[in-house]
This record gives sequence, C-alpha cells and structure tokens, in this order.
Amino acid sequence: MGDVIDFSRFPDADGHFGPYGGLFVAETLMAALEELRDAYARFRDDPDFLAELDRDLSHYVGRPSPLYHAERLSRNWGGAQILLKREDLNHTGAHKVNNTIGQALLAKRLGKTRIIAETGAGQHGVATATIAARLGLECVVYMGAEDVKRQSPNVYRMKLLGASVVPVQSGSKTLKDALNEALRDWVTNVDDTFYVIGTVAGPHPYPMMVRDFQCIIGREAREQVLAGFGRLPDALVACVGGGSNAIGLFHPFLNDASVAMYGVEAAGDGLDTGRHSAPLNAGRPGVLHGNRTYLMEDENGQIIETHSVSAGLDYPGVGPEHAWLKDIGRVRYGAITDDEALAAFHELCRTEGIIPALESSHALAYAKKLAPTLAADQLLVVNLSGRGDKDIFTVAARDGITI
Amino acid sequence: MNRIQTRFDALRTAGRRALIPYITAGDPDIGTTETLLHTLVASGADIIELGVPFSDPMADGPVIQRACERALAAGTRLRDVLALVRRFRERDADTPVVLMGYLNPVEAMGYAAFAEAAAQAGVDGVLTVDLPPEEAHELTQALLASDLDPIFLLAPTSTEARIRRIGALARGYLYYVSLKGVTGSARLNTGEVAEKVARIKALVDVPVGVGFGIRDADSAAAVARVADAVVVGSALVSRIEALAGDPQQLNAEIGALLGAMRTAMDAVTA
Repeated sequence: MGDVIDFSRFPDADGHFGPYGGLFVAETLMAALEELRDAYARFRDDPDFLAELDRDLSHYVGRPSPLYHAERLSRNWGGAQILLKREDLNHTGAHKVNNTIGQALLAKRLGKTRIIAETGAGQHGVATATIAARLGLECVVYMGAEDVKRQSPNVYRMKLLGASVVPVQSGSKTLKDALNEALRDWVTNVDDTFYVIGTVAGPHPYPMMVRDFQCIIGREAREQVLAGFGRLPDALVACVGGGSNAIGLFHPFLNDASVAMYGVEAAGDGLDTGRHSAPLNAGRPGVLHGNRTYLMEDENGQIIETHSVSAGLDYPGVGPEHAWLKDIGRVRYGAITDDEALAAFHELCRTEGIIPALESSHALAYAKKLAPTLAADQLLVVNLSGRGDKDIFTVAARDGITI
Repeated sequence: MNRIQTRFDALRTAGRRALIPYITAGDPDIGTTETLLHTLVASGADIIELGVPFSDPMADGPVIQRACERALAAGTRLRDVLALVRRFRERDADTPVVLMGYLNPVEAMGYAAFAEAAAQAGVDGVLTVDLPPEEAHELTQALLASDLDPIFLLAPTSTEARIRRIGALARGYLYYVSLKGVTGSARLNTGEVAEKVARIKALVDVPVGVGFGIRDADSAAAVARVADAVVVGSALVSRIEALAGDPQQLNAEIGALLGAMRTAMDAVTA
C-alpha cells in the first residue's frame, strides 16, 4: 500500500468502498433506504440509543464474550498462541444477535411494527425472531425451501419464538432467493416494515450499519488482548460468507498496520471443482442485492448456484467492504474445503471441549495452516462466530451416523 | 429523432395514448417471443418492453420470476435477446423496443460494448430496474453516446426532489410504478394514480407511462385517461405461461387481450 488509508472513514456518503458497495435497488425502495440512512445517521451517535444497545448486549446477550486462550490447541498446532473469540457463547449461539438487536432497536425508534429477515442456516432468522419476541414486534422470516428442509431445528426455533417462516420456492430455493423475497416483501409493506438484513451486504447503509453493530467483536477483542498480553495480536482469522463476523472482528484493527488479517471463504468440494462459495477467490465483480461486489456468476452475468457444507457460507456474494479490502491488499482471503472444515470441527471438539459451528470451523482450519508459520510468542485471534449444535445432524450424516 | 420520441409525437398529434406491452425474451423460447413481438404490434402495441431474463429478478412478482426461469432454462442470454431484436427489426423498422432488465448482465457484457451492440441491433431504450439515478451516471453516458434512451422508474414513494432529478436524466419516457409492490400485484387505485401522475407531469418534460396492476381493458382505459402510456406485463406473461404449448392459441389470446385494451384506451381518449 502507498498512502496510509484511514479505514474509519469508509464508506463514503453514498455507501462506496472504492468501486464497491453503493445503492443498486429499484426506485420503489429508495425512499425506505433514505429513511433508514437518515435514521441511522441520527441514532448511531445518540447516547440514549447506544446506552440501550449496551444494556441489551450486556444483560440479554451476555457480552462481553470471552477471549479464550486455547492452550492445548496451540500446542498441537505448534506455532502461534490461539485465542478464540467466543461469539458462540452469545444468547442464540452466534454473533448474529449483535446486529439484530441493533436493527430492532432502530426499528422500534422508527415506529415500525413488523420486522422481516432472510436466513440461510437459520441463525440470523433465530436471532431476529428472538429480538422480535422480546420487543413485541411481528416477525416474518424468509428462508429458501431447500434450507427449510436442511435446517429444520432452526425452523422450529423460529416458530417457538413466534415468527412466521415463509419457505421460498423460487430460483435455487436458498439464501439468495430468500433475500430476493424479503426485498419483495419490503417493497410491498414499506410503510410499517423494517428489513433486518443479516450480513454486511445489501444496499447502503446496510453494509456500514451491520458492520458498526458487529464491531463490538473487534473492540472487545482489542481490549482483551491488550489487557491479557500487553500488546496487539499479530493476526486475525475469521470465516467469510457475507462477512459480518469477519468485518466485526477486523474493522477495529484495520488502522493497526502490524495486525495481519485473513478472511476464509468456503471452498466446498474445492475451488477447482466449481462447487464452492468463494467469490473473492474465484468470482468477479458484479451487482446483486443492492451492491457492487465480487459474485459467483457465469460469463453472461447470471448468478450461479453455490455450494458449501456450511449453510451460513452458502451465498454467491460477499460484503462490499471485503471486496475492497481484498483489492487493496489489507486483508488476505483464503478458502477451506468442506473436508478441511469438518476435520477442524472434530479437532476443536476433542481438544478444547468446544463444538464450533461449521462456518467457524472454516476459520479454525485456516488458522491451523497459519499457526505453524508464526512463532510461539505470536498471537493469533480466531473468531469462533457460532456454536455447532445446529450442525450436529449435518456432521453425523457426513460421517455416516444416524442420530 | 429516435423512434420513441417519433412515436410519442405521432400519438400526441392523433390524440392517443401509448400502449406498451412487456414480455420476457425467451419465454418459453426465443422463437415464440419473436412471433409474439409481431402479434403485439399487429394488436395495437406502440412500444415494446422486452424483458432480459435474470436469475434474481428482485423487483418482480412470481409471474415474471417464472418467466425468467423458463427463459434461462431455454438458454436465453443477453446476446440472444439482442439477436432477437435484430431479427425483429428486419420486419419492423418503426416500433420502438425498450430492453428492461437488471444491471448485472449488462455489467458482464460491459457498458460500452452493450450500448453499441444494442444500438446496432435496433434497440431504442434501456430500463435497468436496479439502477437508480445515484448509480446511473456511467451507463447513462454509454447509452446516450449510442443514441439509446435511458428509461427510469418513479414510485409512489418518490419525493418531489427525486422526481425532478430523475426527470432531468430521463429520455423517452418515465415509467411510474403505480403501487407499492412487485410486478403482478393487483391493487390499482386509479384515483391515487391520477393524482400522482398529474403531479409528476407538472415536474417533468418527458411522457409518463404507468405500469403495475393493469390487467384488462377497463384498467387500461382508466389509466389512459390520466397518463401518456399504459404498460401491461404480468397479465400477458401469465397467458404465455398458461398457453406455452399451443402457439396458435397463445398468439390469438395475446392479440385479443391487447386489442381489447387498445380499443378501450382509444375510446376514452377519442
């Protein structure tokens, strides 16, 4: 990099991170997005809003989440000290709730009575249904019909929490189609409805707003490493689907040039098979779901189906800030196959007594490769973005076990 | 002067409103679409909006989503749509054709390459659904350089400032989306539309068309009283879906529906 970039100044006023991001939606949604942009600008520094958010994050979510020094794992891997940021210990079991609480509190202040969400694996849907129940808001979650079949425990959780789950039958019947359908609902019910997007993608201001809500991860990790070790970490690793847990961890460190960062995409069956979900590694820039970013698309600009054992990474796009961080070289993006992720899943279970989400297992598998290249006194923070209870059926099926 | 403006000038002189049918190119196959284009013209179409299929049509309802899926399954891509327009032009030199679709296939081809190819094929205007004026500068420049009209949407929620801004960018006509929702919704409130279109027309210099929720002769006539153009899409596309296996019946029914709209519209503006 030539000039020093102040990463806190991005995106620009129109939501651009370099050539990425922006606002690519039909005119029918522009008024709603302008309302959201203005509301967020008003509340993002509002002491009352932030105090309410902090209270909920402390007493409802259980923050701060621990930064756990995984000593056995560190010894086994032979190299850097592995520090796990335990987002899996949050209420609802993943980092998603950091964002849904922020957006739901915003919805309440805007006088919206109904919130909608898209979900892939169901984690964001559960986190949205959770806060909707607590705030007394009507909640509708759109979920691809294929994912409804694959993730039945989370479908039932959402229903227990009082949400309606709508199976989406169009397109590939997965997360991207759920997002399309949620956008259609929003266009139709824009007066009373707030759309809670679950990742750092979509039209401005979502990539910025969701990032801001998830930055609690990196701010805490920064304080925790400084308090525990008296210095900054050497490297950060996080999985990237849409990329909200990764940007949440990375962003508060972006201006610290000494901290290396690695985002990990899902290589599925392998990048060379074409059956993967790794747009930053093997896609190209295009426009989908309101923003310009790297996409999985064919040569005609049609979006192609993705594959990953982890439903939460099974998405053809990625947050626009990641696209930019890749291009300027601030963050390196690698990819981990299904098999590598599953091996890391089992290893964490047996070595540390922690069952990680399959999404987070991608970050662990990458860290396992990275750790031996670092010295034993170096610090490597891995974002354990979610717990793996939801994935035990998938893992058992792949291991040929009936439970 | 391009075909769209020529057509609106002629209609104004004749005291008529434009009838603009929409169909998705390649639904269910490109040959069927080619025949239908001529049926549309013979039945009273003034301008044709030709949908470019996209895998993720976020602003469309189920009817046009399924049309996109059928067209993509048949292998229809942007370059096939341009080839279709070129063949249409060999037999029809006058009827304006507007491509309507989403940005990503255009991005994949490249703005300049797309604009040149579209102009050469005989396209007259381009409506990119997910491209608001905030992001439209580069594509708009490319279109204008090839003498193509950038067509923009207006919505019930568009503020006066936005209407002015979009009106200043627009060429050809503006497409007012008559209701909050996706294509194929059926809640047309003609009183509300009349009021809003009158407000828009006071703020812009280009003709104003109205679409979404127009499905028969009565609704077409009601809109013709207040707008410069009437756009009908899902009502046609759902007939294509129902009659895909019977081309003769399909062309007969599409022709009959459009013809009835034409007659009803001309009756209220006569």
